[in-house]
Amino acid sequence: MSSIERFANPTRFLKLQAAVQPWVWAITIALFAIGLYLGLVRSPTDYQQGETVRIMYVHVPAAWSALMVYSVMALASIVAIVFRHPLADVAARAAAPIGACFCFLSLATGSLWGKPMWGTWWVWDARLTSMFVLFLLYLGYMAVWQAIDDPRRAARVAAIVAIVGFINVPIVKFSVDWWYSLHQPASVFRMGGPTIHKDLLMPLLVMGLAYTFLFLALHLKSMRTEIGARRIRQAELAQTGAIR
Amino acid sequence: MTSAFMSILKRDLTLAFRQGGGIGTAIGFFLTVVVLLPLGLGPDQNLLSRIAPGALWIALLLSVLLSADKLWQADYDDGSLEVMALSDTPLEVTALAKASVHWLTSGLPLAIAAPLLGFLLNLDTALVLPLMTAMVTGSLALSLLASLGAAITVGLRQGGLLVSLLILPLYVPVMIFGVLSTSGFQTSIDNSGTSLLILAAIVLVALVVSPFASAAALRSYLR
Repeated sequence: MSSIERFANPTRFLKLQAAVQPWVWAITIALFAIGLYLGLVRSPTDYQQGETVRIMYVHVPAAWSALMVYSVMALASIVAIVFRHPLADVAARAAAPIGACFCFLSLATGSLWGKPMWGTWWVWDARLTSMFVLFLLYLGYMAVWQAIDDPRRAARVAAIVAIVGFINVPIVKFSVDWWYSLHQPASVFRMGGPTIHKDLLMPLLVMGLAYTFLFLALHLKSMRTEIGARRIRQAELAQTGAIR
Repeated sequence: MTSAFMSILKRDLTLAFRQGGGIGTAIGFFLTVVVLLPLGLGPDQNLLSRIAPGALWIALLLSVLLSADKLWQADYDDGSLEVMALSDTPLEVTALAKASVHWLTSGLPLAIAAPLLGFLLNLDTALVLPLMTAMVTGSLALSLLASLGAAITVGLRQGGLLVSLLILPLYVPVMIFGVLSTSGFQTSIDNSGTSLLILAAIVLVALVVSPFASAAALRSYLR
C-alpha cells in the first residue's frame, strides 16, 4: 500500500488532521504576525504610491492563493475522476469556497488600490477580467454541488467543471505578458529573478507563505466538516432504511 | 465510426428540420435582443455604430446558449441516450455529432444572419464581412461549449440558469477575440488577423475538450 493510499482513507485522514491542525494554525498565526508587521510597519513606503503600496501585501498573496487553490481543486478533481477516491472529492469541494474568498479578496483589494493609483475602481483589462472569470468559475463549481442531489453524481460533474475551468488559470497568470495591460507585469515569479526590491519582497513572500498556511488550515478543517456531514447523511439514510 | 457520426448527424438534422421552431425561434430571439438595444441606449447613430460588433456578439452568445439548453434533453428523457451510450460508437463521437448538429442548426444560421441584422444597429458596411468570418468561426466554439454545458446539466430540472453560469465565463475569450478581430479595422493598430487566428485556436481547443468532457458528464448521469 503506497503512502498516498494510506492517508487517503477518511478515518486515517481525520486522525492525521486532528494531530496536525493546531500546529498549522500556530504557524499560520505566527506567519501572519511576522508578515503583517514587516509589511505594514517595517517596510518602506513607495515614493510614488505612498502608503497605498501596503495594500500589495494583502492583494498579491490573495491572488496567488486564488490561483493555487483552483489548481489544488483541479488536481483533486483529476485524482477523483481517475482513481475514484472519495477523499479527493471532499478535498476539491472543500477548497472551492476558500478559493472563492481569496479570489474576491484580491479583486476587492485591487479595486481599493486602483482607485487612488489608476483613478478608477475597475478597468476591463486582461488580468482583471481573467481574474473575474476565475471568480465566476468558482461560483459555477459551487453551484454544481448545490444543484445536483446525488453526491456521487455531483462529484463527477463538478470535477469535470473544475478540470475544464482550469484552462483559465494559465490565462490569468500570463495575461499580463500576453496582452498590453494596465496591471503591472509579473515582478516576483519571472524568468531572470524578481524585479522588486528586497525590502518589499521579504514581507510579500512571508505573506504568501502565511496565506498558503491559512489555506491549509481552513482546507483541513473544512474537509473534516465535509466528511462529518457525509457521515451524518449516511447515518440518516441508514436510519430511514433508504440504504443498508 | 464515421458512419455512426453521419447517421447521428442525419437523424438530428432531420429532427431539427421536421420539428421546426428551433432555428426560427433562435433568430427571433436574436432579433429581439438587437431591437431592445437601441430602445435601451437611445437611437444615437454614432453610439450604435460603435457598439454594434460587441452588441451583436453578445446577442449571438445568448442565442446560442439558450438554444443549447435542450440539446441532450430529449434523448436523455426518452432513453435514446442510453442506447447511444451502450452502442459500439464511443459517446465522444456522439457528443461531437450532436455539437455539430447544434452548430449547423443554430450557430451557423445565426452567424450568417447576425451581420445582416447589424444594419439595425448602423453597423459599418465594411465590417459586415469580417464580422461574418469571425462569427462563423467563433460560433463553432460556442456550439461545442454549449453542448458541454447542456451535457453537464442534462439531468437537472433547473438546468437553464446553471448552464449560463457555467458556460458564459468560458465564452469570454471567444467574445473578446471575436470583437477584436472585427473592431481592429476601426482602430489604428490593426491586430484583427492575429485575433482571428487566436479565435481559430480557441475553436480547436474546444473541439478537443468538449466531446470528451461532454461524454464524461453524460456518463455520470447514465450510471
